[in-house]
Amino acid sequence: MPAGLLGIEELDRAEIAAILARAKDFQPMQSQSLKKLDALRGKMIVNLFFEASTRTRTSFEIAAKRLGADAVSITASGSSVSKGESLVDTLNTLGAMRPDAIVMRHAASGAPHFLARHLPTPIINAGDGTHEHPTQALLDARTILDRCGHLDGLKVAIIGDIAHSRVARSNVHLLSKFGAEIVLCGPASLLPVELAQLAPGVRLTTDIRDAIQDADVIMMLRVQLERQHEANFPASEYFRFYGLQLEHMDLAKPEAIVMHPGPINRGRELSSEVADFQRSVILNQVENGIAVRMAVLEKVIG
Amino acid sequence: MPIVIRNGRVIDPSSNTDRVADVLIVDGRVAGVAPNLSSPKAEVFDATGMIVAPGFIDMHVHLREPGFEHAETIESGSRAAAAGGFTSICCMPNTKPVNDSALVTSYIVERARSKALVNVFPIGAITKGSAGEELSAIGGMKAAGAVAISDDGLPVMNARVMRRAMEFARSYDLPIIQHCEDLNLSAGGDMHEGVQSVRWGLRGIPAASEDVMVARDLVLAQLTGARYHVAHISTRNAVAMVDYARQHGLPVTCEATPHHFSLTDAGMPAYDSNYRMKPPLRSCGHRDAIVEGLAAGTISAIATDHAPHPGSEKMQEFERCPFGIIGLETAIALALEELVAAGKITLSRLVELFTTGPEGVMRLGRGTLAPGAPGDVTVFSTDVEWTYDVNQSASRSRNSPFHGRTFHGGPMATVVDGEMKWRR
Repeated sequence: MPAGLLGIEELDRAEIAAILARAKDFQPMQSQSLKKLDALRGKMIVNLFFEASTRTRTSFEIAAKRLGADAVSITASGSSVSKGESLVDTLNTLGAMRPDAIVMRHAASGAPHFLARHLPTPIINAGDGTHEHPTQALLDARTILDRCGHLDGLKVAIIGDIAHSRVARSNVHLLSKFGAEIVLCGPASLLPVELAQLAPGVRLTTDIRDAIQDADVIMMLRVQLERQHEANFPASEYFRFYGLQLEHMDLAKPEAIVMHPGPINRGRELSSEVADFQRSVILNQVENGIAVRMAVLEKVIG
Repeated sequence: MPIVIRNGRVIDPSSNTDRVADVLIVDGRVAGVAPNLSSPKAEVFDATGMIVAPGFIDMHVHLREPGFEHAETIESGSRAAAAGGFTSICCMPNTKPVNDSALVTSYIVERARSKALVNVFPIGAITKGSAGEELSAIGGMKAAGAVAISDDGLPVMNARVMRRAMEFARSYDLPIIQHCEDLNLSAGGDMHEGVQSVRWGLRGIPAASEDVMVARDLVLAQLTGARYHVAHISTRNAVAMVDYARQHGLPVTCEATPHHFSLTDAGMPAYDSNYRMKPPLRSCGHRDAIVEGLAAGTISAIATDHAPHPGSEKMQEFERCPFGIIGLETAIALALEELVAAGKITLSRLVELFTTGPEGVMRLGRGTLAPGAPGDVTVFSTDVEWTYDVNQSASRSRNSPFHGRTFHGGPMATVVDGEMKWRR
C-alpha cells in the first residue's frame, strides 16, 4: 500500500507528534507577506472531492501552493463519475496522469482505503463518509496545543451527532493516543454504546452538562442532516438539549476553549454568542488547517 | 459402468455406519457397502485413508440462471458444487425472472438436466417476484419440481402474507425457508452492528433484525403447523429460539453457513467486499453460538449460501457492493478445520450436517448409502493439504474471502448417480 494518509487510527503517537511539530514550523509564514516555499516545486496534487466542501478543499489547495506544488481540484459533479464510470476506473485514469498524491473526499466510508489497495498513487483522506477525517483531527490537535500546551490529561468534550461524525472518530483516536480524557455526548440515537470501546479513555453521556463539567476543550459538531437516514431525534428539541450556550461555559474550566470543525449553524448546535465568544478558536482551527496540511503533504510526497 | 470406491472409511449416519468398506454402485444406484466387494468390470477409485460418505447436499445456493449468467450459470455453479464435494444443490429463486412460476421452475429443471454436473433442485418463490405481497403459484411449482419455497435474499415482511404462505406450504407438504431480516431494523446496513461497524463508520445490521423475524415466524409456525426453516442463521438469540421451538415439538429447522461458523466481524479486513454478506459476519459470541448449535443438533445443516457476484460489482465502495460470497468449493474444508479439527464436532456429525440433516428438511430421497439409493457419493480427506486459488474456481465469480488460504482436508472425489463427476 502506498504511503498516503488514510486515517489517524493507524498512525502512532510519534508520527502524529512529528506532523504537529512540523505544522508549527509552517505557522509563522501564514501571516507573512511572502507565503510561498518551493519544497514541493514540480509536484502535482489532485484534489478529488466527491462531496461538497469549501474549507477543506481550499485549505489543501492553498497548502499545496504554499509549498510550491501545483494543485488541480476536481469535483465529482463535473467529472466522469456522472457518466457512470466506476470509482476505481476514475482513480486509475487520474493515476495514469502521474500526480504525486491524490487528496480525496468521498461520501462512502472506506472509499480511500478500498482505492489504496488498487492504486499506486498515495491517497490523502480528506474525509470518508462517517469514518475518518484525519487532517481535521491534526489541525484540532495543533489548535489545542497552541492554547493548552499539551494534550495528556485534558478533558475534551465532543458534543453532537457522534454516530455520523468522521471528525469525532479521528479526534477520538488522536486524543486517546496522547492520553486525553474524552467525553462523547449526544442524543442516545446518535451515540451508539460501542463508541466507548473505540479507544482508551472514552466515556459517553447524554447529558451536555455532565460532558462540559470541568472540560478543558469543548468541541461542537455539526448536525449532519445529510447523513440522517431516518428521524433519529426530534430536531425541534436539539438546540434545547444539545446546543452550546453561554451559560454552559460556567461549568467548564475557566480557560476552556470552544472548537467547531465548521461550517457552523448558529442557533442549531451552538448559540451565536458562543460562536463569537472570546475563547472560541473556530477561526484558529481554519488557519491551522493550512499549516497542518502543508506538513501532511510534505510528509507524504516531500 | 459400475464404480467401486475401495477401502475408504465409510461414514453413513443414515444407517449408523462407520467402518472401512467398499461402496459399489451399479446402474446409478448403491448396490452394496461391504468389505472386499467384487466387481470385475467396475471403475475403481482407491479411497484408502479417505472418508466415503453419502453425496453431500447443499440446500442453499444461488445459480443466477436465468437472468444473471454473467455471474453464474447452472453449468458453472454445478461444476463448482462437484469440485466442492456436493452431489445435490438446491437453488434459490432470486433469478431474473424470479422463479415464481411452474414455467421458470421447468426451465431450471430442463437446463439442469442438460448442463448440470450434479443434481439441481429448484426452490420456488413464496411471493410473486419475491415482492412479499401476493402468493406465487406454489402447487404448480411443486408439480414442476420445486422442493421448497423461499423469498431468499428478501424476507416476507408482511406477517399476514407469511401466515398464508405457511398454510399453503403445509398443505403442499413443502418446507418454507425464510431469510430472517426485519428490513426496518436493518435498513441501509452494511455490516454487523457492533464495535467494528462503529469504528469503520459503516451502518449496522443489528442482530435484533434477525431475532425479531425468527421470533415472529416461530409464532406463525406454531399457528400453522408449517415445516419452517431458518436460512443462514447467524445470531445467538435466533439459535436459542429455534432450539426452544424444537423442544416444544414444532417442525422447525435451521441451517448455518461455513462463513458464519468460521469468521467474525472482528477478523474482517477493513472495507473488503469479500466479507460483505447477509446476514453479516457477526461478533465472536454469535459465532460461538452457531458452533454450539451445530454441535448440539439445533442447527440441522451446513449450507453455503453460494452467492456469486462478478468482479465489476464487488470492485466498488464497500457500501455499494452487493451482499454475498461464493462458498461451494471451500465448505467441506472449513467444516473440517473449524469444526472437526477444532474439536467441536465429530466426523460423523459433520457428515450428518451435509447429508441426513439437509435431507430431513428437503426430502430429496438422497443423503444415504442404503441399497437402492441414488449412487451419490462424496469422498473427502481429513489431511490433504491444498490452497484455495479463487482464480481457478469453477464458478464464474471470484468473490471469496478464503482465496489463498491453505487447508488441511477437503473433497477428493464426487460421484453423482454412479458417475465420477470430479476428482482432485
